[in-house]
Amino acid sequence: MAKKVARAPLDYLNMPAMKAWLAGVFIFLYTPLMILILFSFNDSKANIVWKGFTFKWYVKAFENTQLREALFNSLLIAGVCTVISVVLGALMAFAFWRFKFPFKGPLESGMSLPIVVPEICFGVAVLMFFAKVGFPNDLPYPFNLTQIILAHVTFAFPFVAIVVRARLEGFNPELEAAALDLGASPFQAFRDVIIPHMKPGLIAGGLLAFTLSLDDFVITFFASGPGTITFPVKVYSMVRFSVTPEVNAASTIIILITVVATVLALRAQAATTKES
Amino acid sequence: MQDWREDKTFFRATIALPVIWFMIFFVVPMAMVWAYSVGENVGPVEVAITGTFSNYAKAFSPEVLKVMGDSVVLAMVTTLICLVVAFPVALAMTFADEKQKTWLLLLIMLPFWTNLLIRTYALIAVMRTSGVINSGLEGLHGLLALTGMQMGTFEPLPLLYNKFAVVVGLVYVHLPFMVLPLYAALDRLDKSLIEASLDLGAGHLETIRRIIVPLAAPGIAAGLVITFIPALGAYLTPDLLGGPDDLMIASLIERQFKRANDWPFGAALSFILMYITLIFFAIRAFMERKGGKVGAH
Repeated sequence: MAKKVARAPLDYLNMPAMKAWLAGVFIFLYTPLMILILFSFNDSKANIVWKGFTFKWYVKAFENTQLREALFNSLLIAGVCTVISVVLGALMAFAFWRFKFPFKGPLESGMSLPIVVPEICFGVAVLMFFAKVGFPNDLPYPFNLTQIILAHVTFAFPFVAIVVRARLEGFNPELEAAALDLGASPFQAFRDVIIPHMKPGLIAGGLLAFTLSLDDFVITFFASGPGTITFPVKVYSMVRFSVTPEVNAASTIIILITVVATVLALRAQAATTKES
Repeated sequence: MQDWREDKTFFRATIALPVIWFMIFFVVPMAMVWAYSVGENVGPVEVAITGTFSNYAKAFSPEVLKVMGDSVVLAMVTTLICLVVAFPVALAMTFADEKQKTWLLLLIMLPFWTNLLIRTYALIAVMRTSGVINSGLEGLHGLLALTGMQMGTFEPLPLLYNKFAVVVGLVYVHLPFMVLPLYAALDRLDKSLIEASLDLGAGHLETIRRIIVPLAAPGIAAGLVITFIPALGAYLTPDLLGGPDDLMIASLIERQFKRANDWPFGAALSFILMYITLIFFAIRAFMERKGGKVGAH
């Protein structure tokens, strides 16, 4: 493995064996996705042989009312989930950062449980909960998405809290003390001093909540009442049925949304580390 | 940090909402599952909480034990492959310059952020009988046959709907779970120790084995746990890529709640998975605390 060439001893990245290994890993990770995107533009239903460039599968995907509805529902759920998760996550991060109180440790570990609990366990719990409390199953659109939103917020907001908490660790508490000394109420200090400082964390956390919600299949699968359809659930049923370029087109759109959200989140996070 | 009694109103105003939400939508549903796991079916929809352990006992029947054993083996194989694949990647990232680090991290994370279902679907398209790999092989086969070699008829490789496909899918999905903790651990290492080892005549492999691996052990343990737990509880991957004989725990749980309609048994299975998860995380937390003490000179 270690052939003597002119390079620093720890420059593993420039070792030929290492380069080959990295290339292999990234080919493994990206080939399926690249092929999926490529064939969303393929002018053939067969999905194997390249027959020329076309947008027709995108047109078809948009003409598919159910698919369009599912996509819209997923974005709506992700949007609402993001707003609620950011509020809850920010409050949680702030309370744990600011105050000492009894049972703080156990409560903090408890509230991060939604992050580690297997999806399937939380999924069935949500199914049982909504069935047993008699949550109305026949609410008019868009309120029939409520169950999914409630479930998504529950596993998304602890993630937001972690991101925001990391941001708060870099905050100088004297700034808040100064605001209080100058006559601000704790609430005013929170609104005018702490929230502006939290902002990059709120953005990063919000985008994280958005992608988590958009990505989720298992919990949605269990939380959704009959007749509500989200993008992953719709794709799931289409995939079970057959592999069509329409699914490729719809997937490509979701990938694009995710990539944009991720890049924005990373930018916000980079701003966080630079400032603190 | 302020004691909560100094400003009770403000404290309550900030902590109340998250805690109430967590209690109603997490603790209560989980408690319900737990209660059901010690309950019995007394009617088509009626369940009595009787404090029985029969549901847990049922989990020790041979058929269920087989599924659980398979799940553990599949998750373990996945975890080990992830470790082998991810270790060099994490090592390369550790010694890359800042810009390369950012790019490598982004490249590892990007698929991770992509919808799980889409990734699984992409794998199906590559691996199915008329998928990219098999079509490629068929083309190669045809080409070789043209050159006059005796090839026989082309048999597509059975890549999908078996345990092989499940492991490939699980590795594909869980690789970032392994890379990140490994990278975090390796990045913290004192690099002069590695240099010293190389200066003193040890080869790279020996340095990895005798210096890097022992020092990064807590990170490796973290990576193993973080990869193993979601792999064990995976639902979508075995469901879509596996055959009918490749059930994993999650599918078994799902069946009790949908087709089989045996909620108490499903609840018990779900809690067995929960207990396994919590035990692993407790072990990890314990090791981390121990590792932290050793690290703090």
